[in-house]
Amino acid sequence: MAAAAVERGGKGVTALLVGPAATFFLLLLVLPLAVVVLYSFGERAPAGGYAPAFTFENYLNLASRGQAFLNTLMMAPVGTLLCAVVAYPMAYYLAVKASPRWRTLLLVLIIVPFWTSQLLRIYAWLLILGSKGVPAYLEMIGIEGVRLVNTRFAVLVGMVYGYLPLMIFPIYVSLERLDKRLLEASADLGANPARTFWQVTLPVSLPGVATGSLLVFILLMGEFIIPALLGGGKVFFIGNALVDLFLQSRNWPFGAAVAVSMVLVMLASIVAYMRFVLSRGGMRQQPLV
Amino acid sequence: MRNGQNGATVPTVAFRNVTKRFGEVVAANGLELEIRSGEFLSFLGPSGCGKTTALRMIAGFEQPSEGDVLIDGTRVNELPAYRRPVNMVFQSYALFPHLNVARNVAYGLLQRSPRPPRTEIDRRVAAMLDLVQLRGFENRRIWEMSGGQQQRVALARALINEPKVLLLDEPLAALDRKLRRDMQIELQNLQRRVGITFILVTHDQEEALSMSDRVCIMRDGGIVQQGTPADLYDRPVNRYVADFVGKSNFFAGTVLTARGGGAVIELDGGGTVTAGRTGEGLSLLPGDAVSVAVRPEQIVLARREDALPAGGAATISARVQNRIFLGEHIEYLLRSETLGEFLTLAPRRSELTERPFEAGEAVFAAFSTEAALVLGSE
Ligand SMILES: Nc1ncnc2c1ncn2[C@@H]1O[C@H](COP(=O)(O)OP(=O)(O)OP(=O)(O)O)[C@@H](O)[C@H]1O
Ligand SMILES: [Mg+2]
Repeated sequence: MAAAAVERGGKGVTALLVGPAATFFLLLLVLPLAVVVLYSFGERAPAGGYAPAFTFENYLNLASRGQAFLNTLMMAPVGTLLCAVVAYPMAYYLAVKASPRWRTLLLVLIIVPFWTSQLLRIYAWLLILGSKGVPAYLEMIGIEGVRLVNTRFAVLVGMVYGYLPLMIFPIYVSLERLDKRLLEASADLGANPARTFWQVTLPVSLPGVATGSLLVFILLMGEFIIPALLGGGKVFFIGNALVDLFLQSRNWPFGAAVAVSMVLVMLASIVAYMRFVLSRGGMRQQPLV
Repeated sequence: MRNGQNGATVPTVAFRNVTKRFGEVVAANGLELEIRSGEFLSFLGPSGCGKTTALRMIAGFEQPSEGDVLIDGTRVNELPAYRRPVNMVFQSYALFPHLNVARNVAYGLLQRSPRPPRTEIDRRVAAMLDLVQLRGFENRRIWEMSGGQQQRVALARALINEPKVLLLDEPLAALDRKLRRDMQIELQNLQRRVGITFILVTHDQEEALSMSDRVCIMRDGGIVQQGTPADLYDRPVNRYVADFVGKSNFFAGTVLTARGGGAVIELDGGGTVTAGRTGEGLSLLPGDAVSVAVRPEQIVLARREDALPAGGAATISARVQNRIFLGEHIEYLLRSETLGEFLTLAPRRSELTERPFEAGEAVFAAFSTEAALVLGSE
């Protein structure tokens, strides 16, 4: 129907259909990005903000925020990996083991926490990991002097907790779509259940893992609330540097340079993801016939 | 026969009173069957009669609720699928989408422990691809293969393991008519060449009859009759089999007298038939309601009654309703006032008629005593 309408209406209709999306991208994505790129070559105005100039100063200065880059580039992948490791068994249980009624309930339960703000949920972890939380209980069984908040560990816990559903859902979908006859075929050819998992289930569901990882990785790269709250200013991410540069020291051009570098890293990871998925024939399913 | 020690024969696969229930549904009902080594056997029956279930119990994907499944004389009820010396070709092939053609075919060998050396795997994969005529397709992805090619990959993937039994669940159902004919012949040749026992599931009677050494006709989870294709065609045990295997006309009637293998039947529409044969296991008493089955090709037609061969079981006067041209044969649909509609099949150059009968023409039909088979009425 839609296709036929496009055919008949010709270019006018096509423009009408594509128009809103194109406008959206132009206004909300391309323009701001262009502004950021422009700013990144400028100078800080004396009172803060942006003053026109053309200098590479800001990019040469990136090293001064090296720790933030290092933290982000180390912890975002580690967080993504941990997320995948925790999410996979959960998604597997949901897609393969759980009865249909259970499954729906569990899926809803995974989403429910997201009805409250991220700030609140991370704050809750501050209480759990804080001195009155887990360390207090550990003390009761004789393990003393454990400090959890303001560590990388706490930040990782927060990251995994905060983004788990984004990882669970794509993996769940890929496992749910997995043709159960492939598992029978594998057993028929002599593979025991464990081998079948490693040789069929896992590889066939990897595109789901890749999708979830990309989503989580990109969001983790931009994360600043979790390190700010659970890292207590000791674990500093690019996101925190941006908040600092734009809002505190008002050095917009330097902030812009940091932001542009971050976008480039993200683009590189998207390219890597596309290559991986395409090398597996994309999201293509085995034809039914 | 080949695997027998001192002459004794151990069936390669046997069902001993096997019943399988899914809740209320009885998918297999007291199956008794022995399959010999090297045999090509088919399960034939309509949708939902339990063919796939029977196959899956041999493969190990389902356990019987009652009774035993035996492979080479050993009870395998609890043996998991991955330990059974059988392989299956799935209806939709179930090829691994993340592996190329060669890796799909090698899959079974890679599961062995100890794993065969790389060179041997390569050699056997190449030999298998030769066998199914897919050399040069090693690195293709599964979705880059046509339906017929995928079917062959599935065959190669199963056969490379040199199973005792190859199970095929409607392997040709997805192929078009021409390709299906070709693959039927290929499969048959392949089976003779590799000498492996083949068990085929199909609901296509032509396929079952043309390919198999033996056919099991199934209905509602049970085996109605098993035998060679000719057996089933010539000596069906009941109307169900006679109707499923080839075409047949049925005339309802009542037994007047029964003696030896034959009987005299009074047809419901009037007149009597002297039937020369009775379905196996059927004992007739005067007064029993029965069906007389006659194959269309065994009915001869003539324009004049005296042109019919003498000594027939019955002579019927009828009118031609319809003529269907089938190449070397012509099928006529006839209607008799008393017996209703029936089919006949005549070679195009019949001795009795120079020119074919026209629709609307009045004719006489007759069949011999031997052509008339008495079956139960149901
Ligand atoms: N896993 C299952 N759970 C419940 N019922 C089942 C299951 N598998 C099969 N059945 C039922 O058992 C009966 C036989 O099924 P089966 O698949 O063996 O039929 P089939 O002869 O192979 O039919 P078809 O030609 O349509 O493939 C059917 O009534 C089916 O609904
Ligand atoms: Mg079936």
